[in-house]
Amino acid sequence: MTHATVPRPRDSAARKGSVFLSTHPRARLALLLSAPLFWLGLVYIVALVLLLVTAFWTVDSFTGKISQTWTLDNILTVVTGSLYQTVTLRTLGVALLVTLIDVALALPIAFFMAKVATPRMQRILVIAVLTPLWASYLVKAYAWRSVLSQDGILEWLVAPIGGHTPGYGLPATIITLAYLWLPYVILPIYAGLERVPDSLLEASGDLGGKTWSTLRLVVFPLALPAIIAGTIFSFSLSLGDYITVNIVGGANQMLGNLVYTNVGAANNLPLASAIALIPIVIIFGYLFLVRRTGALDNL
Amino acid sequence: MRLSRLSRTTLGLVTGLILLVVYVPLFVVLVNSFSTSTSLTWPPPGLTLEWWGRAFRSAGALEAVGTSVQVAIVSTIISLVLGTLISLALQRFEFFGREAISLLIILPIALPGIITGIALNNFFRTIMGVPLSIWTVVIAHATFCIVTVFNNVIARLRRLGTNLEEASADLGAGVWTTFRLVTFPQLRSALLAGGLLAFALSFDEIIVTTFTAGSGVTTLPIFILNNMFRPSQAPIVAVIAVVLVLVSIIPIYIAQRLSGSEQQRR
Repeated sequence: MTHATVPRPRDSAARKGSVFLSTHPRARLALLLSAPLFWLGLVYIVALVLLLVTAFWTVDSFTGKISQTWTLDNILTVVTGSLYQTVTLRTLGVALLVTLIDVALALPIAFFMAKVATPRMQRILVIAVLTPLWASYLVKAYAWRSVLSQDGILEWLVAPIGGHTPGYGLPATIITLAYLWLPYVILPIYAGLERVPDSLLEASGDLGGKTWSTLRLVVFPLALPAIIAGTIFSFSLSLGDYITVNIVGGANQMLGNLVYTNVGAANNLPLASAIALIPIVIIFGYLFLVRRTGALDNL
Repeated sequence: MRLSRLSRTTLGLVTGLILLVVYVPLFVVLVNSFSTSTSLTWPPPGLTLEWWGRAFRSAGALEAVGTSVQVAIVSTIISLVLGTLISLALQRFEFFGREAISLLIILPIALPGIITGIALNNFFRTIMGVPLSIWTVVIAHATFCIVTVFNNVIARLRRLGTNLEEASADLGAGVWTTFRLVTFPQLRSALLAGGLLAFALSFDEIIVTTFTAGSGVTTLPIFILNNMFRPSQAPIVAVIAVVLVLVSIIPIYIAQRLSGSEQQRR
């Protein structure tokens, strides 16, 4: 019997590198992490931190240049100014309402898709939910502008029964934002519900659980992380939006508008940074609250 | 739990109704693209093909599509590379700060776009002294596209386990060979799905783009925003919207085929 001999691999540089890496997992890890961390660290973290720092600087009112003298003025203006308080409360209210509406609409659809529909129907529904995502954000906001306008389709539909379109304003903003983010809320909830095994629902039924108690005691707790993941999208996207409110919101302003005006027309980046701290604090607070639920793994 | 016939039907009806409402605005846009009225009158006073002809001859619109495609391709490629590297690191290793890094990846989409936008605007202009250009847009887009690739790839890696990679190493393959012949082929469809999403995200982004685009850089969303309120251009915007929705059916179909073929394999 002859032994087939495996040829020794050639002693190339790539081979040496490979041997070194397979015996040094830490080096492998460092190699994997270096490029992405360099990118995210330099581009994103540094930029965010500098934004924070800029909030403590001022703008020279003559030259319009940023002068790096430390001051708490911007922060104080934002915290104590009644304009900023009103707008913050309004923005928070809009974001919360949009999130509530989206979850209320997404739950039945996602449940139907995940647990009731046949596989074929399921595929069609996923496509039906995904397609509007690909239509441009701007076009959808603009579509609602035309739906809600005084001689738009909504007025045309409800006028015969004595109704009226809400016109442009905060209700229109809430409707449009809820519409825009709905697919982002449906998809994680659908994915979460799909992961709930049918056998658990059957077990609950066999043990005497009625539909409602099964939903409340089995399905809901298991799907909660996914639901929260969905709310992170709708909440955060609403909190920073300023374009939708420009298109359908009439004269109303949200936090995003104040930031935008101060970056552009008013050329006051430090004040804009100070205002931007409000949504940052709110979002971080929210992420901190929900981090233990495992929602972040469902994004 | 067994759902009664009634509750199944009700759920189906609610689903259908919500989807109907979802499609009404898109339908209105479709009709408006043929309407003779340049304001948003409903029902349209008359029908015309003029806007479709004009849209396909509009140099501005075509140029904007080109710019958007370029930005989306480059930022998708960057996010594919970075997203794969970081998901391999987070899935295959236990180390200090792992949680912090996974938070760092989702931060660019968890924080409102306007914050990413002004942070980068401030970073490029004030701190680095770099003039805004098409490249600043690419850098910004790649940053928030990493997460879509990351999500798809890490989910796949979790499912794959390390058995095949270990077998490959036992049979004498080095680190590169194992990645090229074992890991990568199994990641391919996840990379395609993540890449498609990244492309779509970049293609449609307006807020971060507004803050990071140089003065001559007009992506498609910027073009749409600039022309939306001009009565003579608004119907052209409607045409672009309809075309976008129609074109988007292709990637959705591909993504569905991918996930469908996988479910059969399981």
